Amino acid sequence: MAKYIGKRLIYMVITLALIATFTFFLMKILPGSPVASADKLSPEQRAVVEARYGLNEPLPVQYFNYMFGLVQGDLGISINQFKGAEVTDVILSRMGPSAQIGFQGMVLGTVLGILLGMIAALRQNTWVDYTSTFVAIVGISIPSFVFASLLQYWFGLKWELFPVALWKDGFMSSVLPSIALAMFPLATAARFIRTEMIEVLGSDYITLAKAKGASGSEIAFKHAFRNALIPLVTVLGPMAVSILTGSLVVEQIFAIPGIGEQFVKSIMVNDFSIIMGTTIFFSVFLIVIILLVDILYGVIDPRIRLSGGKS
Amino acid sequence: MEKILQVKDLELSFNTQGGEVKAIRGVNFDLYKGETLAIVGESGSGKSVTTKSIMRLLPESSAEFKSGEILFGGRDLTKLSDKEMQKIRGKEISMIFQDPMTSLNPTMPIGRQLTEPLLKHQKISTSEAKKVAIDLLRLVGMPKPELRMKQYPHQFSGGQRQRIVIAISLACNPKILIADEPTTALDVTIQAQILELMKDLQKKIDTSIIFITHDLGVVANVADRVAVMYGGKIVEIGTVDEIFYNPQHPYTWGLLSSMPSLDTEDAKLYAIPGTPPDLLDPPKGDAFALRSEYALKIDMEQNPPFFKISDTHSAATWLLHPDAPQVEPPLTVIERMKKFPGSRYYEGGAV
Repeated sequence: MAKYIGKRLIYMVITLALIATFTFFLMKILPGSPVASADKLSPEQRAVVEARYGLNEPLPVQYFNYMFGLVQGDLGISINQFKGAEVTDVILSRMGPSAQIGFQGMVLGTVLGILLGMIAALRQNTWVDYTSTFVAIVGISIPSFVFASLLQYWFGLKWELFPVALWKDGFMSSVLPSIALAMFPLATAARFIRTEMIEVLGSDYITLAKAKGASGSEIAFKHAFRNALIPLVTVLGPMAVSILTGSLVVEQIFAIPGIGEQFVKSIMVNDFSIIMGTTIFFSVFLIVIILLVDILYGVIDPRIRLSGGKS
Repeated sequence: MEKILQVKDLELSFNTQGGEVKAIRGVNFDLYKGETLAIVGESGSGKSVTTKSIMRLLPESSAEFKSGEILFGGRDLTKLSDKEMQKIRGKEISMIFQDPMTSLNPTMPIGRQLTEPLLKHQKISTSEAKKVAIDLLRLVGMPKPELRMKQYPHQFSGGQRQRIVIAISLACNPKILIADEPTTALDVTIQAQILELMKDLQKKIDTSIIFITHDLGVVANVADRVAVMYGGKIVEIGTVDEIFYNPQHPYTWGLLSSMPSLDTEDAKLYAIPGTPPDLLDPPKGDAFALRSEYALKIDMEQNPPFFKISDTHSAATWLLHPDAPQVEPPLTVIERMKKFPGSRYYEGGAV
């Protein structure tokens, strides 16, 4: 297991290096520069600014400088969005709200989704099942920004239960964005668990469990649930992505000072180092999630234990 | 002999979108203490459904008892609540399934699967249950049972898994063990081992076995009595010798003729022509008449009653009616009957 994780960590570093390289050159291909928008600058002033951030160096030198800094954990300094602040500091200070609504959304969505899917499978072809399927379809087909606006209108404006936007009332401010983010994981989990539970409940070992005298709830929770979880773990990765991309939009709508909101802004002002830093940060996050998912597989399903083939 | 289970006029249907499938159409049999009753028949004859209905393992949403009763320990199993059935399943009646590769939970160590019925039905502690489970594994011939308790099903071979399933089914010393084609999915040498094991264990714990199979070779090996099922009914029932050496129903003749044997002279193996009856709309008379070369006119119109051949042997065919014409069974069957004292072809000697 340790050997496996070690190997995976090496792959992770390689993946990150590749992502950083690609993003770096893609950014350079883009027209414009961080200082291009500043029309008021005279050519001389521009040259001074570019020199300060190393933008006047030849491209390979810039690349190696950047990668060298990256290895040391230095993501550079913000060029125009936060005027000279360390990118690492910017990201860390913005992480809190994003992590909070992301985590709450993910947990809320998966837990409710699993419950909904289980109930639907156990009450197959009844109104409970149909309602759950309807919720799942709605959750998948309606984009999170539509949800976000609807939640703002009804729960914020009409009924005044939660703040409409901004990050001022602690937990209360996080409720609506979390719900908006939770819809996709909820719908996905419900669909997967329902299909898989129905399949598992029809399998031979469930009949054997019944033949042993197990009760309905013992069969559902002791025997079926764990086996039905396996395919859900597979979509946890894509779900994490949806939380990430979802938060880009949702943070914008709710005016939450999170990474997503800052990322969007930095793209608009072409703040090179912030864009790079955030991309690398997101990549690390995703790669770690994928590793966790792979480890989780083995925990849930003994047939996929990751000790190098033989178990 | 003590009757442990009585199935009386059992009728059961499946409600499907295409209509009502009459899967069991009036089944009667008794199971005696300590015996092995084999139920044979082709796919769709109702043998599995009959036993699953005893355990009440059929989906309640579609399967419906139409009439009849299943008497066990003075109670009618068709009328018990789910809770009461749960106390019987695994404790009084237990079951072994066809495919050992899929009948164990893949994400649960086999130790826990073994102790589950013990903890459920007996008032014992977890550590005691573990001890019993290890003993059970040893009983079914599993080497190093202590080490294997923590392992998962995928770490065992097919034969070993079936041994584990047998151990689970015997955990609470059931009065009845239902084995639904327990050897069909195994290769021949393992089949023989599993059959030996089952016979051995039956002697040790004195349980009655209902053994479902379509393999007549297996039947001859394990059964005391045999019930032949066709089209949702039992068509002939008797001791294993009576069924094998003095069969009376044309369907039994067909089954025995289609069994390969070492001294078969014909190069080609006999096959019963036609297909099983459609139980959505079962035939009016004898369900086998359409496929039988011995069918009489009355077979098409009226269902044959059971005719008694001996105290233990009866068959549902009009051929046994006093007014029926004398017919010659197939040659292979006559060869068999020559060895059976009491049959009209008996030539002396013993079976």
